[in-house]
Amino acid sequence: MNGMHGRIATQDEARDRRQAPGLGDGEAGSTSGGHVIRQGEIDVSHKVILYLEDITVAFDGFKALNALTLSIDVGELRAIIGPNGAGKTTMMDVITGKTRPDSGRAFLGQTYDLTRMKEPEIARAGIGRKFQKPSVFEQASVLENLWLACAGDKGWLGALRQRLSPGQGERIEQALETVGLAGERDRIAGLLSHGQKQWLEIGMLLIQEPKLLLLDEPVAGLSDEETERTAELLKRLAGERSVVVVEHDMHFVDQLGCKVSVLHQGSVLAEGDLATVQNDPRVIEVYLGR
Amino acid sequence: MTPWNRPVLARREWAAALGLLMLIGVLAPLLHVLLPEGAALRPSTYLVTLVGKILCYATVAVALDLIWGFAGILSLGHGLFFALGGYMFGMYLMRQIGRDGSYGADLPDFMVFLDWKTLPWFWQGSDQWWWAMLMVLLVPGLLALVFGWFMFRSRIKGVYLSIVTQALTYAAMLLFFRNETGFGGNNGFTDFKRMFDLPITSPGMRAGLLAASALWLFLAFVLCRHLVRSKFGRVLEAIRDAEARVMFLGYDPVPYKLVAWVISALLCAVAGALYVPQVGIINPGEMSPANSIEIAVWVAVGGRGTLIGPVIGAFLVNLAKSFFTQAFPQLWLFFLGGVFVLVTLALPGGVISLLKRRSADEASSGGGK
Repeated sequence: MNGMHGRIATQDEARDRRQAPGLGDGEAGSTSGGHVIRQGEIDVSHKVILYLEDITVAFDGFKALNALTLSIDVGELRAIIGPNGAGKTTMMDVITGKTRPDSGRAFLGQTYDLTRMKEPEIARAGIGRKFQKPSVFEQASVLENLWLACAGDKGWLGALRQRLSPGQGERIEQALETVGLAGERDRIAGLLSHGQKQWLEIGMLLIQEPKLLLLDEPVAGLSDEETERTAELLKRLAGERSVVVVEHDMHFVDQLGCKVSVLHQGSVLAEGDLATVQNDPRVIEVYLGR
Repeated sequence: MTPWNRPVLARREWAAALGLLMLIGVLAPLLHVLLPEGAALRPSTYLVTLVGKILCYATVAVALDLIWGFAGILSLGHGLFFALGGYMFGMYLMRQIGRDGSYGADLPDFMVFLDWKTLPWFWQGSDQWWWAMLMVLLVPGLLALVFGWFMFRSRIKGVYLSIVTQALTYAAMLLFFRNETGFGGNNGFTDFKRMFDLPITSPGMRAGLLAASALWLFLAFVLCRHLVRSKFGRVLEAIRDAEARVMFLGYDPVPYKLVAWVISALLCAVAGALYVPQVGIINPGEMSPANSIEIAVWVAVGGRGTLIGPVIGAFLVNLAKSFFTQAFPQLWLFFLGGVFVLVTLALPGGVISLLKRRSADEASSGGGK
């Protein structure tokens, strides 16, 4: 038991150390790596919104990601499954700039080099992330949470003067409808139920207007009915946006009815629809164990 | 902590607070100047100086609340910005002594004592009040900017940040203790005679300083309140509550923290500059870590994240301090520690929560403390 704790702790420490800027932060401040053709737009001329190639991340020798290669098409809905420690969260961290890979390339569209951008830049470029544990501003009302998430100027100077604009108000109302929190708009987010918090966070993601949504276990702790509604929502979103869902709940993945990638020991083990993947002998071995 | 946008005080309580400030900052100085010495209604010199001093402390408490209460940055080195502001203005007060020092020389006494023949380069210009005022803003402001930038960019936060700020003020204290640094060593600056070429101990000057301190507290309060009620303040609170979420929404927390941090430092610096002519001395003791911790105690006792709470806290603790240090000097630290423990255990929202609890009952909702 102690030994296990020790190992987990060092792994976390290594992650923290890696997250400290200064490592590979030489280009801090540059809005993007490669050549941006049209500022603020993601170049998806090759029909690919996210491209990860040979990504390796090691924490003290433990390879959380091992030459991971994965690509997500524009408008695609993709589920990522895998046993604990397969590297799912680390992959999210690499895509959102929280962790810098030791090697490999990560591109949003053709032009945004994610390995050279900071978290807020990546978010503004069009990637929204939902955390495993619902992460909302507990002291603020539902409405204020959504207001902060609204797409637009995120600089401090603008923030000194910004008021809630009618256009934002309309979009917030829409988002409230979409996530079914219209009746709770003035409630303090900390008082919402777990499921409502999950949905509020999804609402915050939507109003951020990302091109690519990353969701880390969005139905953890939700009731069957809520899970079903979440699946419907995500299916509706895919098409105009690309959605990547990391999930443990096979029933939910089944409801999504999309392409599935199985992660194991930091690389993709199998890809295909859920039935194919579930019948893959390698996947069965990984899940059921030796 | 207050949920966003929830009123801290009721309207009539705000009116009472403003009335009290007018009483202290306008009426008291007028009475001090206009009434003859010995008149029953004339605030004594002791009282005018004491209240003026506490007004400066209250401003520092508001400044700390801006970053601690709203952005979650607990600085335990804010006494440094206060002291630096005081030193920068103290240089001007030293030059105003002119040849009236005990050595009758052109140079300030401590330089004569150290056998210096000329003014060090950084004392140039300090005989001009406008230069001194500029330095009051510039020196602490730049230090806060550079130090804050490194700190926030390196994502130092929580207890580590508190320790780093504590170390900074301690290092500065050691630096200012040295005679060679050129700020009077452990004696600092004192024996001031004039300000703006007028006698510094005259009733008019004392009254003016009291009024200026009250005005500065008022301005600092209004500025901070405006900041925390704007979207800027919402983002600060969001950073305090869930920084990662803020980043993944596309906000870069560094400039937000840095702006609040520098504003906070500047508010302290000016308060320090107003403090020094009133108490008549500035020395490196003001930079001691204990002083900075005491600022955090005022904020905690009053109620952080409310801006008005820290003002109340600064007054309560400091009035108690001047009473205790005269009546029972040995008991003061026990009292301070006791108050801190009591407030933390019984009133985690600070003294202000007594008022808030009542208005919350009126508004029924009652959620979130």
